[in-house]
Amino acid sequence: MTWTLALPELALACAGLVILVAGVLPKQETFFPVSMACIGALLLAAVLVLGQPEGTALGGHYVADAFSGFMKLLAIAAAAIGILLSLDYNAKEGLGRFEFPLLMLLGTIGMMVMISANDLLSLYLGLELLSLPLYVIAAFNRDNARSAEAGLKYFVLGALASGLLLYGSSLVYGFAGTTNFDRLADAFSADSGVTAGVIVGIVFVIAGLAFKVSAVPFHMWTPDVYEGAPTPVTAFFAAAPKVAAIALLARVLIGPFGDLAAQWQQVITLVSLGSMILGGFAAIGQRNIKRLMAYSSIGHVGYALMGLAVANDIGLRGLLVYMAIYVAMNLGTFAVLIAMRRRGRAVEQVEDLAGLGRTDLGMAVWMAIFMFSMAGIPPLAGFFGKLYVFLAAVQAGFWTLAVVGVLTSVVSAYYYLRIVKVMFFDAPAGELDPAPASLTVVMAASGLFTLFFVLWPAPLLAAAQAAAAALLG
Amino acid sequence: MNAAGFPLLSLLTFLPLAGAAIILFVRGEEAVVARNARWTALWTSLLVFLLSLILWVKFDISSAGFQFEEKLSWLPEFGVGYHMGVDGISVLFVLLSTALTPLCILASWEAIETRVREYMVAFLILETMMVGMFAALDFIIFYVFFEAVLIPMFLIIGVWGGPRRVYAAFKFFLYTLLGSVLMLLAILYLWYNAGTTDIPELFEYQVPRAAQTWIFFAFLASFAVKVPMWPVHTWLPDAHVEAPTAGSVILAGVLLKMGAYGFLRFTLPLLPEASAEFAPLIFVLSVVAVVYTSLVALAQEDMKKLIAYSSVAHMGIVTIGIFTINAQGLSGALFTMLAHGVVSGALFLCVGVLYDRVHSRDILRYGGVAKIMPSYAMVFMLFTMASVGLPGTANFVGEFLVIVGAWRINPWVAFGGALGMVLGAAYMLYLYRRVIFGKITKKDLRALLDLSPREYAVFAPLILLALWMGVYPQPFLDFFEASVAALVQRHEAAMSVSRLAGM
Repeated sequence: MTWTLALPELALACAGLVILVAGVLPKQETFFPVSMACIGALLLAAVLVLGQPEGTALGGHYVADAFSGFMKLLAIAAAAIGILLSLDYNAKEGLGRFEFPLLMLLGTIGMMVMISANDLLSLYLGLELLSLPLYVIAAFNRDNARSAEAGLKYFVLGALASGLLLYGSSLVYGFAGTTNFDRLADAFSADSGVTAGVIVGIVFVIAGLAFKVSAVPFHMWTPDVYEGAPTPVTAFFAAAPKVAAIALLARVLIGPFGDLAAQWQQVITLVSLGSMILGGFAAIGQRNIKRLMAYSSIGHVGYALMGLAVANDIGLRGLLVYMAIYVAMNLGTFAVLIAMRRRGRAVEQVEDLAGLGRTDLGMAVWMAIFMFSMAGIPPLAGFFGKLYVFLAAVQAGFWTLAVVGVLTSVVSAYYYLRIVKVMFFDAPAGELDPAPASLTVVMAASGLFTLFFVLWPAPLLAAAQAAAAALLG
Repeated sequence: MNAAGFPLLSLLTFLPLAGAAIILFVRGEEAVVARNARWTALWTSLLVFLLSLILWVKFDISSAGFQFEEKLSWLPEFGVGYHMGVDGISVLFVLLSTALTPLCILASWEAIETRVREYMVAFLILETMMVGMFAALDFIIFYVFFEAVLIPMFLIIGVWGGPRRVYAAFKFFLYTLLGSVLMLLAILYLWYNAGTTDIPELFEYQVPRAAQTWIFFAFLASFAVKVPMWPVHTWLPDAHVEAPTAGSVILAGVLLKMGAYGFLRFTLPLLPEASAEFAPLIFVLSVVAVVYTSLVALAQEDMKKLIAYSSVAHMGIVTIGIFTINAQGLSGALFTMLAHGVVSGALFLCVGVLYDRVHSRDILRYGGVAKIMPSYAMVFMLFTMASVGLPGTANFVGEFLVIVGAWRINPWVAFGGALGMVLGAAYMLYLYRRVIFGKITKKDLRALLDLSPREYAVFAPLILLALWMGVYPQPFLDFFEASVAALVQRHEAAMSVSRLAGM
């Protein structure tokens, strides 16, 4: 038995159960200590991931390699920062219940299982382990109609997507006779011709996963859920689960279905094109900044998927770098959004940021850095994320993707600039409350990363390169 | 090690950032912070300017190669490195940037009253980006600086600009970005095919003929917007009118040169055949720009807008000169760029002087200023004459050389360029007459004060330069002679190879 390979997940699961019991027992509310314990457990898991050997375990259901290490660290970091972001907000909104960080922790286990999945069944298992806690925390503000609606909507559509995925998996199993990724890859590499059933199965699997990464045309839930869910939950949604789902998509398509690339590349290309175009245009008219960020995240997924559509090592490297940078600037942006409070009440219209450059210059500067970075303006990190996926597309001759990508990035620059304009050019709309320390730390950390990534890009690129190489085998 | 003995170009590039950091850390009362910010910015930019004079002294004018080179590894496995250096084409633009920045800071001393600290920081960041762009010898590094200029300029127009500043800032940003991203794709293509983005190494790489056309138009999309060439010039009048005076000076003085510099640095050497093939297209666009925008300038009621349109016309002459691809045309284009940087910058400062006092740029709001502000009228006249291209002033030499160069290609192109000079005389003199001469019809103008010592300090170096470049242009021409000769030779070699291949 090589179950020790899965030590990070096991340790995190045990820690989660212990914290759950410890959280229930005391008489008073244990939100803060439980949150800290959860962050601690996540850090422990991160250390274990760093020391994880490579190989497969649990009867071939679980794989650990450089790719899983890269993505898990990213997901864990995003989850830990997500918990950090919720501390102040939840306490002020009366959502400070200890279940909240625990659900995020359980979701993170699901993500790690997804990232390490080496079988269609463990894939499904991880995905559901992630999804169920997400449904709950989307509706965590249960007395708020919008939050409840967000949770319900997410649940119904998410269940549908899971159904699609499961149906696709069963088709693949029916036609290939196995659910194990390695054996699927073997089955498809023998050029016995691909049956239509397998292709239909792949399309269903892609559809299910595209829902989780909120790529067009499976994005409809995103704006509503992002807007309705409590802001820290939105921040969490926009970062960690997206990393896991993108990782899963990459692993499934490159691993078992790698030899069928010609079949699924068109699908991913279309999904990527659609996401970039929709993300660019639909966000223009948004007034609610959470909704705007929802469309922005759809657009960013489109850019990331461009790397997957290319389906070679350079494309995958671009995808991984893009996701890492995206997560960093996204968490910083959401730290600003969570800090948007006026006289104790959370506000979430773009206009509420008016004149922030005069009332709170520090926060405005961080936000401007994130916005310029998301628009892809050098020398900020977001530019380099785009650079590497465009490089891959140009190199492989995917000119449509590359040209549409750069054009939509100009379109999306418009709405990112609009936020900068509101903050710096408009007259103040009244002061926002000072940001609590936990949020300022997150803003500064991701802001500094975004600003200074240009100086030392090599380590991240090398890690992404190794991860991409591991995935391609 | 380079001729200076220390990494001079990096110091020039990043010293302003250090000044910006100091300004950011100053805390205290608003008035104290503002005063501190002004002085820190001024001293930083003066120090940068003094250091940049080393370039003037130590630059070896007999060499066509890159000098003051610095190399650091950045992404070695991708063939991208931090590589700085200047040759005869870029060295004077570095100097132009470092010379104009302190003048701009001095010019905004009193004009900028709100958020002085942020303004000075934005200006110093802008200087970093400008100098870095002209000194970069790696295509990716170049692109980073080229694009990053947008961020401080967007803020300068948008925060400290006029009533329609938001529209102008967005138009400026999005126009330029749209052009640039297409160039980015071309850069990626070159990067992947040549395996490097190091500019001197890229010069060794021969771009396939079929790809040259595409890359040419991708570059054109970016540089034409920056120059700006007709018909993508419409962002410029808006940006100029709304930008604060110093913003206009930098915009006209340096940012417009970035596009023309791009043609010289990348389009001509990398794409010789496409450049030759599409030169007629550039000529047509340029002549249209020269004639059309000169006529438009005649009809303007806003002083800044008039000078903005005159910039488009002058830059049209520059693009004609560049695509003649002969020694006279190229030298003339480079000289016109420098002269235009000095003269149009000074003209915007002249408008700024009146605007600071009356808060109007409307030509009809003035009249008879000569009687109230004689010294000012004198300065304004000098730069008007320089802009018109009067012999003995800066613009004359450059435009004359361009027309000589263009004559060798096609007399009609030369005629178009010369027509621009005639029309230029018309609109500039018309402007000058309406503002400076005539009766004083507006009573409040009588209270205007003539130039202050600070304004003298701003104008004196520019007057000196404009006259020096007009009377004794040789020292400036010497700088680019070797590089221009090498560029022409390179182009002819490439063309004869392609002719041989075509036979």
